[in-house]
Amino acid sequence: MISACRSLPPVADAAGRTRPASGRREKQLVIRGGTVVDATGARRADVIVSGDTVREVCEGAPVPAGATELDAGGCLVAPGLVDLHAHLREPGDEEAETVATAARAAALGGFTAVVAMPNTDPPVDCAAVALEVLGLASGAVCRVAVAGTITLGRAGERLAPMGELASLGVRLFTDDGAGVQDAGVMRRALEYARGLGVTLGQHCEDGALAAGGHMHEGAWSSRLGVPGMPAEAEEVMVGRDIALCRLTGGRVHFLHLSTARSAALVAAAKAEGLAVTAEVTPHHLSLTDAALCGYDPTFKVNPPLRTDADVLALRSACARGVVDAVATDHAPHPSEAKDAPLDTAPPGMLGLQSAFAVTMAALAGGPNGASVSSAGNGGDVPPMEMRAVLGLLSWQPARIAGFARDQGGDQGGPIEPGAPANLCVIDPAAAWTLDAERIASRSRNSPWLGRRLVGQVRHTVFRGEAVVVDAEAQR
Amino acid sequence: MTPRRHLLAVSDLGADDIAEILRVSDAFVEVGQRAIPKVPALRGRTVVTLFAEQSTRTRLSFETAAKRLSADVLSFGLETSSVKKGESLRDTVETVAALGVDAFVVRHTAAGAPAAVARWVDASVVNAGDGWHEHPTQALLDCYTIRQVLAERAGEPLEKVGTESFVGLRVAVVGDVRHSRVARSLIWATAALGANVTLVAPGSLLPPSLEGWPVVGVTHDFDAVLDDVDICYLLRLQSERGTGAYLPSVREYAASYGLNARRAARLAEGALVMHPGPMNRGVEIADEVAGLPQSVVLRQVANGVAVRMAVLFMLLGSGGAGDLGVSVPAAGG
Amino acid sequence: MAERERRLAPPRGGVFVPRVQVLSAQDVQRALTRIAHEIVERNRGLDDIVLVGLQTGGVPLAYRIARVLEEVEGTTVPVGLLDVAFYRDDIGIRPVLPEAVTDIPGDLAGNLVVLVDDVLFTGRTVRAALNALADYGRARAVQLAVMVDRGHRELPIRPDYVGKNMPTRIDEQVDVSLEGVVLGDVVAR
Repeated sequence: MISACRSLPPVADAAGRTRPASGRREKQLVIRGGTVVDATGARRADVIVSGDTVREVCEGAPVPAGATELDAGGCLVAPGLVDLHAHLREPGDEEAETVATAARAAALGGFTAVVAMPNTDPPVDCAAVALEVLGLASGAVCRVAVAGTITLGRAGERLAPMGELASLGVRLFTDDGAGVQDAGVMRRALEYARGLGVTLGQHCEDGALAAGGHMHEGAWSSRLGVPGMPAEAEEVMVGRDIALCRLTGGRVHFLHLSTARSAALVAAAKAEGLAVTAEVTPHHLSLTDAALCGYDPTFKVNPPLRTDADVLALRSACARGVVDAVATDHAPHPSEAKDAPLDTAPPGMLGLQSAFAVTMAALAGGPNGASVSSAGNGGDVPPMEMRAVLGLLSWQPARIAGFARDQGGDQGGPIEPGAPANLCVIDPAAAWTLDAERIASRSRNSPWLGRRLVGQVRHTVFRGEAVVVDAEAQR
Repeated sequence: MTPRRHLLAVSDLGADDIAEILRVSDAFVEVGQRAIPKVPALRGRTVVTLFAEQSTRTRLSFETAAKRLSADVLSFGLETSSVKKGESLRDTVETVAALGVDAFVVRHTAAGAPAAVARWVDASVVNAGDGWHEHPTQALLDCYTIRQVLAERAGEPLEKVGTESFVGLRVAVVGDVRHSRVARSLIWATAALGANVTLVAPGSLLPPSLEGWPVVGVTHDFDAVLDDVDICYLLRLQSERGTGAYLPSVREYAASYGLNARRAARLAEGALVMHPGPMNRGVEIADEVAGLPQSVVLRQVANGVAVRMAVLFMLLGSGGAGDLGVSVPAAGG
Repeated sequence: MAERERRLAPPRGGVFVPRVQVLSAQDVQRALTRIAHEIVERNRGLDDIVLVGLQTGGVPLAYRIARVLEEVEGTTVPVGLLDVAFYRDDIGIRPVLPEAVTDIPGDLAGNLVVLVDDVLFTGRTVRAALNALADYGRARAVQLAVMVDRGHRELPIRPDYVGKNMPTRIDEQVDVSLEGVVLGDVVAR
């Protein structure tokens, strides 16, 4: 069945002049043979991109002469993935990663937009640093937006100049790396943010309860003799911020939820109608604290890997819409730092390149789910549909970040004529290995290093440019 | 992936492994009794002690053990070395290993540090205490002492005695179990040999979870168990624990959990009182109790060298017969 | 089977399969009696003599010789036990663990030590034993008594008293006990 083709009329510029049909030639791409999936549904269609815009979406469309063809046979063609949470490490820790290398990793992972976390050195708590990062990002192979801090220096005491940062386009503020410990400060921040229409993201971790911990506090930490961080250290802050959300009418986005009870608290808050959203990382959907049995710091992360029950509850929360987005919390560290005893190794793992495969396996069922640790594909959680999984990785985070088309942005689809050409082409059945040579990051700290994964990004198109072709970065 | 031989944790050993280590220790006790307590068994081998925590007693015990085996011994104090200046532990260890080291004896504040060292080098690694995790040779020498004393009581020559005396033995581990590597190792060792282990501690000094621990009971009431104890093992109370964070005061701890004269009098006559040392007299154990015949603390110290000789010999000398503990894969890319 | 015989045994030892009984129990007893007499004759009495049996094969033989000496000369000769595991030259090359106790009566300074072992083969065990004995004091002299000398020496070691000279192939095994001497092979488990 051939669906009706819709073509665009010639483009008119601000002065009403249309571009002559045979004028300066724009770059044309044809993404052929895939299944287009976006928030509106899934359909077999080819996609023709001209310049930075989608021109046509239909089967068997005529191919413009000179167009580059991208084979999408057997693939899903989706709006580019959007990562709400990545540490790009620039400025301050360029040894671990730079904006350029992280952007390349993101593109290889199918991401066309990434929100850079502000815990750089210096942190993004003023316009100057925000502009520096945005400057580094111009010319990158994906869109890099910047999150600002909530408090100056992330010290948790005085509010950062959120208004000034918002005028630069910053939509998300967080002290990520730590949570805002003082409830009074958080309340004032929420009230102020409400006035600006921005969202505050919280890294929920009560400093006093979590102090000294290097992994989840539970049976494993007791056996291994490692100080732990109890689940409650996260949950008390989730509960507190839900209450503050109720008190102030502000918007809170919970970063990297890791426990079953955190998810339950968010579910109740949503049921009540509060403006809360939540994200979960791919690793918290698939790995547990048992992975630390050999004291391997590769698995040390904050919040820590928790129990089987937590992993299953988070998967269920994704399926039920309690969790709005999957965000990587991509956290590069150079090997000298990571290859240390557990207490001194910094927490964090890479995530951009493995995100799709790991998330798909955890949520849609597949061989990767149990590959690294014991969390099986739990009996009661039915696998999600691919479209819902893509929603968690693309259009839902786009909305939270303020990048959706109806928010004035260019991410998240739907894929239709006139849409900005930010797309990814994913082969959900392709098996590949995350070898060290394939990793575009400067660092190598991934639990999936050297492992076989299923589900690979074949092509990524960013503003009409094919930045990744056949799983190779083009620049 | 070349399998290597390390002693990282007692929980990696089975009852047979432990029994064999104790048996080999008998031979080294004899060596220790000679006029010249030395054998050429590890001549030409190099043993390096790598201690990140101050600990003269354990370090000297290991060094003596290595020297009595005729090995060359080097000591590396991590707190005073280049690690303090910022060199990573891995770089330090690899630099030292390049000198040609057969075994590292590692003590570190971080659980899992000896396991990390074992990933980085070809040498054998002996865990001399890692954070709260384990102190395997302490538990082994404690078990040796128990076996030795019980055999003497029964009038049996030690070489005829295996570890049968541990079956059903009632062991009470008293004190800061939460932060004690000695406790963890001892619990695993005695339980593996068939003992019934009970933990006695205030709530704030127990681990967050006892799931999977081979203990038969947990109690906050020391007095309640005194009548049913064969081995009363007292853990050291580290002073920082008694400053209001975990306990209101050392005095309150001593009142509820100290082995004072009154409590000692209630212990069965054949019961043993043990302590890993150094003792806080007046806290875990009353001054007068420390000197009672039931207290075998000095024996524990004497046996330490022999047991550590056995461990070093079995890791370095036996070419495969004494295969201890876990195989750790070679450090990969 | 003696620990040193593991050199030719498959990894982690093997099973001894007997083929020929060379000496009977009675033959062994007669040989030990003769050796006991030779010790007395050669040393013109038993002054300061200490028997040291090598673990494990030499120990029952040493006790038997001591009993004969008691019966014949009316003297109680001290018997020591020696496990040479820690003095071997193949530590780290093959499995080596002490098999039994070492118990040397007092200081050996000034004593004449008669080492007693079941089989003399390469000579390496005796070399280790000589080193071990040196750690117990400076003996006046050391003599060596063995039930069987099977040849194939790798070191300049020779016995003073021999029960039976028995040329063997290098891959054969000799099993010695108070019940007799048997020639056979070792096969993998």
